[in-house]
Amino acid sequence: MPRFPGVDYLQIDSLFNEQELLVRQTTRQFIEDRGIPLIRDCFRDGRFPKELIPEMGELGFFGANLEGYGCAGMSNVEYGLIMQEIERCDSGLRSFVSVQGALVMYPILTYGSEEQKQHWLPRLQSGKAIGCFGLTEPGYGSNPAGMTTKAVKDGSHWVLNGEKTWITNGGVADVAVVWARAEDGIRGFLVEAGTPGYSTSDIHGKLSMRASVTSSLAFADCRIPAENMLPNVRGLKGPLGCLSQARHGIGWGVLGAAMDCYETARQYTILRKQFDDKPIAGHQLVQEKLAWMITEITKGQLLALHCGRLKDQGKLEPAHISMLKQNNVAIALECARLSRDLLGGNGIMDEYPIMRHLCNLETVKTYEGTDHIHTLVIGERVTGIAAYK
Amino acid sequence: MKIIVAIKQVPARDSQLRLNAAAKWIDDSDLTFEINEPDAYALEEALQLKEKLGTGEVVALCLGPERAASTIREALAKGADRAIHIVCEQPEALDPLAIAKLLAAAVGPEAPDLLLTGLQSDDLGSGQTGVILAELLGASHATIIMEVQPQAGAIRVKRELEDGWFQYITMPLPAVLTIQSGLNRLRYATLMGIKKAKTKELRTLEAAALAGGAPVATLDKVYLPDRQKQTLMIEGTPKEQAAKLVEKLKFEMRVL
Repeated sequence: MPRFPGVDYLQIDSLFNEQELLVRQTTRQFIEDRGIPLIRDCFRDGRFPKELIPEMGELGFFGANLEGYGCAGMSNVEYGLIMQEIERCDSGLRSFVSVQGALVMYPILTYGSEEQKQHWLPRLQSGKAIGCFGLTEPGYGSNPAGMTTKAVKDGSHWVLNGEKTWITNGGVADVAVVWARAEDGIRGFLVEAGTPGYSTSDIHGKLSMRASVTSSLAFADCRIPAENMLPNVRGLKGPLGCLSQARHGIGWGVLGAAMDCYETARQYTILRKQFDDKPIAGHQLVQEKLAWMITEITKGQLLALHCGRLKDQGKLEPAHISMLKQNNVAIALECARLSRDLLGGNGIMDEYPIMRHLCNLETVKTYEGTDHIHTLVIGERVTGIAAYK
Repeated sequence: MKIIVAIKQVPARDSQLRLNAAAKWIDDSDLTFEINEPDAYALEEALQLKEKLGTGEVVALCLGPERAASTIREALAKGADRAIHIVCEQPEALDPLAIAKLLAAAVGPEAPDLLLTGLQSDDLGSGQTGVILAELLGASHATIIMEVQPQAGAIRVKRELEDGWFQYITMPLPAVLTIQSGLNRLRYATLMGIKKAKTKELRTLEAAALAGGAPVATLDKVYLPDRQKQTLMIEGTPKEQAAKLVEKLKFEMRVL
């Protein structure tokens, strides 16, 4: 199979420096050698490729843009390129890396005590420990402020009660970052697997994100030591700060899925012949779809790159990230749908990556802030009027 | 053990090649480049030897234009301790002898115990640079190496011969070995390695300032092979036909 040539219509590579290109290259090589050969069967079997975890840890993918405790200290643009290459393989694989880095390591680094950092970060960075992030509840998705999971102080312990759901990595996690309502506001807690009163159950029947573990977490009088609370944040800004990290990565990641769909469709339509031995890529309706895709991918690349550079300068705001996440996921999903169309019947087969990406991207559209909510964040930003309620 | 690895930057595999206007070389203005594949294995072997011995130094040496710095950084990111870049904007105008002289001029003062390089380059494929370099340095040498075992003051190597035959030789040091692709498993540059590479020494030498020499062989003209459409009927029983077809796909078409 020829190697993935990359998608670069507008000399966007000239905007990356040597180190950024090297980071992309090393990720791309790893993904092509180790990820892509596995992923079709993983998706088919509903199995997360956990055998990739140690090598991804060694390469530095977990918490790659964090500093210290064994983390690689990459820039946000480099981090974005890593996400892009991983999601070219599969959104589920990228989700694993996103959750580990942005939703588990980031809050421990940013809000945690020195003991929590020393204990967890090296383990999570190397992949020796897996983490998950518990925010969403059965009754509270887009509106996390309504969460009902409670944390009550009892001597030298906290007692947690409640339920979390749609939790990526939940069933395989060694530690869960759980957000719960305490007397003084929403607080983050580190709950270790095996703690009495803490149980997980994996969600089955998913037709999307099949190569990723998704679970529900239940807390029934779950007692954890007082020092397991994240001391340095209180209120919803804690989890939202994590989500900003993850959503930035998603804005880059989905471009990888879009590129894979586009490139597959481009090659397919050049080879596939109909009507007098003419490539279907020679038809106007096909070209219109390819032209739309490459245009939107290129715009998405520029959006992601600009956001990444702003983030490196400390100037990226949540309302910017909403535009990045909303737009890039929407165009990636549309690229997957158009590519599926261009491959005809073959488009639904798992011999090609498109239907898998399409199914995955339906999840990505919803998780980490739905398409609607991000649209309303942009709307609020330009009108000053919040339209969520 | 001090090991120098000579690496070359070549156009990425699967590149769409076009000739330049003078038909003396390819138009490389919009190509992407990567490390020559056998050189990547030579680098890996050097890194593994250092790790096996627990001591030593691996120095990457590269002759090429400014852009070759990205390939050198990759070698540093993978674990080379430092690098020397002989900056030469038009290496394609040189022949293996002239290139080997420039490399020898840079290697001489380093006095390495071992020099590894790929058995040939993916672009020109002369397969001579390593051998000429050994001659210029007065070092022992062997080609198409599949395995290197360090011994006291010497190395034992496995050479690939034809028809699945191998040769084992013990050689004195210093030595120059040209390495065959596939003798080990290439590592990836880790993100930490990429970051660390920025702090490693990368010394540049100007090719013009080294004792080189005019090439004795020059490229007169580069051209694309004529495309001919041929149909070949394979005769024999189905079993024989299948065997012949597989052989042709494997060794002539190289698609299997």
